[in-house]
Amino acid sequence: MTGDERWLDREAGPVVRPYAVTRGRTRPAGLAVGLIDLVVSAGRHSAEARGLAPEHRRLLDLCGAPIALADLASDADLPLGVVRVLVGDLQERGLVTVAASSGGGSQDENVLRSVLDGLRAL
Amino acid sequence: MDYGHSERPAGLAPPPVVTKLLIAGGFGVGKTTLVGAISEVRPLRTEEDLSEIGIGVDDTTSVELKRTTTVAMDFGRITFHSGAVLYLFGTPGQERFWFMWDELAFGALAAVVLADTRRLPDCFSSIDYFERRHTPFVVAANHFDGSPVYDPADIRDALDVDSDVPVLVCDARRRESVKEVLLASVAHALARHEAAARR
Repeated sequence: MTGDERWLDREAGPVVRPYAVTRGRTRPAGLAVGLIDLVVSAGRHSAEARGLAPEHRRLLDLCGAPIALADLASDADLPLGVVRVLVGDLQERGLVTVAASSGGGSQDENVLRSVLDGLRAL
Repeated sequence: MDYGHSERPAGLAPPPVVTKLLIAGGFGVGKTTLVGAISEVRPLRTEEDLSEIGIGVDDTTSVELKRTTTVAMDFGRITFHSGAVLYLFGTPGQERFWFMWDELAFGALAAVVLADTRRLPDCFSSIDYFERRHTPFVVAANHFDGSPVYDPADIRDALDVDSDVPVLVCDARRRESVKEVLLASVAHALARHEAAARR
């Protein structure tokens, strides 16, 4: 991996327009991945990975273990909307799977209790 | 953090508990400070296509038809001893980013509406939003140096929120104070859930 992400300078703005890496697409091919849905590499890296852009590969490298979409965008230093499109591509090729996060939100009593316990112990 | 093998088929070992809270409120009310006081702050930006939604908002006459705007988001992560992760997302303060709220709010445990007592009307739109969506929320008045100290009951009256909505005063710079606010929001979500289950 070369340090090509250095081309992006927060102050100056990106040298490459962000949606250039998605070839102009601003919406993913399939269902949109939620902000904290977990993305994980399917562990297949050979044939299906051919023809991927460097940004696709960078994302693949970052999701060897399940990682929330927002963390993935942060680690890759790519805008969320762009990462969502690229993850959609990887999903289509079967290179990653996406697991919805605990989901139920305020409706899931066990989740609420575990977060309360976690916060109290901070 | 150990998530286990990446090769496991999705749906077997349960994924870690991953949850989120929303931090809302007017522009400059202290959302960034609050997130930074209690969580590991992470850079996150989103690039939004304004070609449809920005009509009449931005002057687009001098640029090409399709344009995007970069929105830096307040984003923090708290990892508990259990391995569970709680994300904090700040809602964008400017009204032209309303379109992002539904996504932020979807699946959130609860929300914190951060208020500045010198500019209370700034948080009306956040309160309206969560009331309409039935997202459990608390109101936390961020006490700024030199701003008058109000009784939470007076703030509640001024905001006209339901009597069961917790209203508290906090200092967004202090970790313990922020922790109390987050605890109140999750406890409120739990209380509402239990009340609904009893009905």
